Amino acid sequence: MTATGIGAAVRRKEDIRFITGKGQYTDDVVRPGETRAVFVRSPHAHAKIKRIDTAEAARMPGVVAILTGADLANDKIGNLICGWMIHSKDGSPMKMAPHPAIASGKVNHVGDAVAVVIAETRAQGRDAADKVKVDYEELPAVADPAKAQAKDAPQIHADIPNNTIYQWSLGDEKAVGDAFRGAKHVTRLDIVNNRLVPNAIEPRAALAEYDAGTDNLTLWNTSQNPHVARLVISAFVGIAPEHKLRVIAPDVGGGFGSKIFIYPEEVVCLWAARKTGRPVKWTAERSEAFLTDAHGRDHVTHAEMAFDGDGKILALRAKTIANLGAYMSTFSSSIPTYLYATLLSGQYGIPQIYCEVDAVYTNTVPVDAYRGAGRPEATFVVERLVEVGAREMGLDPADLRKRNFIKQFPHQTPVIMAYDAGDYNASLKKAMELADVKGFGKRKRDSARHGKLRGLGYSTYIEACGIAPSQAVGSLGAGVGLWESAEVRVNPTGSVEVLTGSHAHGQGHETTFAQLVSERLGIPFENISVLHGDTDKVQFGMGTYGSRSGAVGMSAIAQALDKVIAKAKKVAAFMMEASEGDIEFKDGKFTVAGTDKSAAWDDVALNAYIAHKFTGAELEPGLKETSFYDPTNFTFPAGCHICEVEVDSETGRTEIVNWTAVDDFGTVINPMIVEGQVHGGIAQGVGQALLEGAVYDKDGQLVSGSFMDYSMPRAHDLPSFKLGLTETKSPSNPLGIKGCGEAGAIAAPAAVINAITDAIGTEQISMPATAQTVWSALQRANAARQAAE
Amino acid sequence: MYSFSYFRPTTARQAANLLAKHPDAKLLAGGHSLIPVMKQRLAQPSALIDLNACEDLAGIELKGRSIVIGALTRHADVANSQVVKDALPGLAMVPGAIGDPQVRNRGTIGGSIANNDPNADYPAACLGLGATIVTNKRRIAADDFFTGMFSTALEENEIITKVMFPIAKKAAYEKFKHPASGFALVGVFVSKRGSDIRVAVTGAGSNGVFRVKSFEEALKKRFSPKSIEGMTIPASGMNSDIHASAEYRAHLVGVLARRALAKATA
Repeated sequence: MTATGIGAAVRRKEDIRFITGKGQYTDDVVRPGETRAVFVRSPHAHAKIKRIDTAEAARMPGVVAILTGADLANDKIGNLICGWMIHSKDGSPMKMAPHPAIASGKVNHVGDAVAVVIAETRAQGRDAADKVKVDYEELPAVADPAKAQAKDAPQIHADIPNNTIYQWSLGDEKAVGDAFRGAKHVTRLDIVNNRLVPNAIEPRAALAEYDAGTDNLTLWNTSQNPHVARLVISAFVGIAPEHKLRVIAPDVGGGFGSKIFIYPEEVVCLWAARKTGRPVKWTAERSEAFLTDAHGRDHVTHAEMAFDGDGKILALRAKTIANLGAYMSTFSSSIPTYLYATLLSGQYGIPQIYCEVDAVYTNTVPVDAYRGAGRPEATFVVERLVEVGAREMGLDPADLRKRNFIKQFPHQTPVIMAYDAGDYNASLKKAMELADVKGFGKRKRDSARHGKLRGLGYSTYIEACGIAPSQAVGSLGAGVGLWESAEVRVNPTGSVEVLTGSHAHGQGHETTFAQLVSERLGIPFENISVLHGDTDKVQFGMGTYGSRSGAVGMSAIAQALDKVIAKAKKVAAFMMEASEGDIEFKDGKFTVAGTDKSAAWDDVALNAYIAHKFTGAELEPGLKETSFYDPTNFTFPAGCHICEVEVDSETGRTEIVNWTAVDDFGTVINPMIVEGQVHGGIAQGVGQALLEGAVYDKDGQLVSGSFMDYSMPRAHDLPSFKLGLTETKSPSNPLGIKGCGEAGAIAAPAAVINAITDAIGTEQISMPATAQTVWSALQRANAARQAAE
Repeated sequence: MYSFSYFRPTTARQAANLLAKHPDAKLLAGGHSLIPVMKQRLAQPSALIDLNACEDLAGIELKGRSIVIGALTRHADVANSQVVKDALPGLAMVPGAIGDPQVRNRGTIGGSIANNDPNADYPAACLGLGATIVTNKRRIAADDFFTGMFSTALEENEIITKVMFPIAKKAAYEKFKHPASGFALVGVFVSKRGSDIRVAVTGAGSNGVFRVKSFEEALKKRFSPKSIEGMTIPASGMNSDIHASAEYRAHLVGVLARRALAKATA
């Protein structure tokens, strides 16, 4: 390990510009003659649009244009799409309703766009938007996924009865039924995985510019995957051919999944920019973000786990209703299916698993991937079942886990995934030591003396990351491949530019990717720059989500580096008049085996470009290589989180007093950045467990539509974390990386709820476990106890 | 935000004159409630009269058996005031529990009281200490000042200039924070000044801040948590929303009153 190589806790290169206000975000980009887009949005969850009157608004000062869904249809702008095909168990394809960028004829959720005002300034745009008169005929609405399939529920889209998008299943239903019949003990749970609003610190934004001279369109936007955005906007929405559209995702302030998707606003900005001949910018207000950013989670599940007399798990069965909102967002169909049910084996050898998932439309904001995306929901099901099962059978929850851990690899689960490496006992053991589980009994007694109920909860999670082998996801319905690309350009002076298809929006790629190059080429960290996010500069790439940029994105860079080194060796061989096979490369120096001849990296780079030592027939000049890396498997980060809480029995308030996380992320490039990812992930998981809940009322109004009602986790909600690592390298990529971005958010909710239920002695508790929720659960438990006595 | 005229008087008298001339104007103190609703276009005042240059409206002094706080005094200044901490530490607990440092450095006591948000902290201190609210026109007892949710006894052209808090022998505030907003989901202020015993509750009641007479009666015998052990208040009249039911708020009133009493008598 060098001071700036793999494994070094190097400070982040990008932080200088971020913390000194020099970052360049989409809203910071200003184009000459720029206008502002202001959307007129539906105040109703479900309504017919009878008439839109823009006459008065159009006369307002500063108005450039007012456009509606009818204009969109006239211009033959295509619908937004969901790019992952799911088939129902009866073989029928999922039912995808049209999703126009501006609603036409009918609105389906509060916040659905009905018109857009293009104006000289934002204030003028807002003034004019206030004057757009929309005549609605309100329709009954449904927001609760558990009620969406009811006979009397309003049907949201024509030709999609019971609001049911698909009824999908995975696993062998009959074998699972047999296993349950032979079980000694069955644990059953009803689970609501609460709906979350992503809330990246930078709101979504788009700026579109049309160049009539070249007929080119440029879009600056807050995207986690600008090439995918360009592909979808070209191929499906049909705004411009792919080669006439440039998408630039500059600095992006957080995504958590919500910026993967292709949204109506960026489509409208592009369309309006061409129509008006003026650059068009839109930046979401926070209240607009609540009503338009794709939300996360929102599952209702009944789950059961069958055990034999020794506490061995025989089978797992789950029935889930997943809310996908009013329209199918870009990858929404895959989240409650292949990113959820495939993880229901957890860290355990479970012989049989069967899962049914109904995906439903509701009159709510679309739901799609949010940090963890399906895997937090799966982990919550598995880890709650195991914990409750242990308590019901009078077994120690850690012991029950150990009895069921997978110990031999590779391991084929009954739900598609083939785990390739791991040591689940090691992370559990280390976490139990760090958390001082042995001392818990004493701490619990001490808490009791202060009127507090103390509880301890485990979450031994697993996730499938490094998303994903293209052929495998293609066979499951994905419309794209999930490889990644990289280009390594060595300059004549020896400095290096890496162009990556990954995209950073807080992850620190400019640092970690440079560490890999510094390690491999033995050149100073400062001489390396990393570029991403511009489709005119970077070749096609797939972007960042699913904890894939280390495992897949860096593997592509590693492959390109191998090619660069191979070519550089040829150059060095000509320079030192040696045979290519005798050239060795180490620590930035080329040597000829068995001699004292050597050539420095910079010299070889220069020679590659001046090409004085070889002919064009012998070797192409230049030193630049490209790679497209497709992984051979998912990666399987796993670990153990232990949460310890104190519950105030009088108020129900939960305080997290200890948090221990021991994770196996395979190879760690920068431990400081990895720790930061774990911290943030845990905070988001704790947010889901204790604080965050998107609440719709029965009319489909988002009651928790601002930070006054939607509670984000704050520093004071969290303890100092005790973190540890174990390491089994991923055999599925050349660097052995598994990925770390989502682990905390996946592991945390189950750990928190397991701890609270341990403290209060009842399993009947929903997320977020607010003080009121916990107090009510205590009241119910006390009442039940008294009734029993 | 819609456009508006802006005035920046330098004395309370100038401010009152401006208010008389511009009846639709709003007074701007810390701005934490007013600016957000203006930004959301939910309020459209024709003019703002910014009080922040009125130096005669700010300050803290001990006058006889009272602490007198100018209306423009920031929460942080009250929370950190040695005068307040020495003479009436229970009062310092209230601004210290408001918001975050940014809010405390900007928000003012006059703004908080005039707005009378049902979840605000200061109304509990005023009612819980039997404060007197002084305006450019008159003196109003706290018992008469808070008339309901977001409403007060303030009349047209009336500006709060200062608040006088009588020094109680024992006083404390206990707050249960709203998880999202940080306002009081329930806050209870208790005090004992001679035979005047007060228990004032904010956050819980659907009509804003109120006194709990049943607790006050029970505390007359002995000003101690034990005196109201097991006592609660009826859930009727309590707020109910996605964060807390009326029953839960009523329950918290009892719990927090006992905790405030424990602090006040510690």
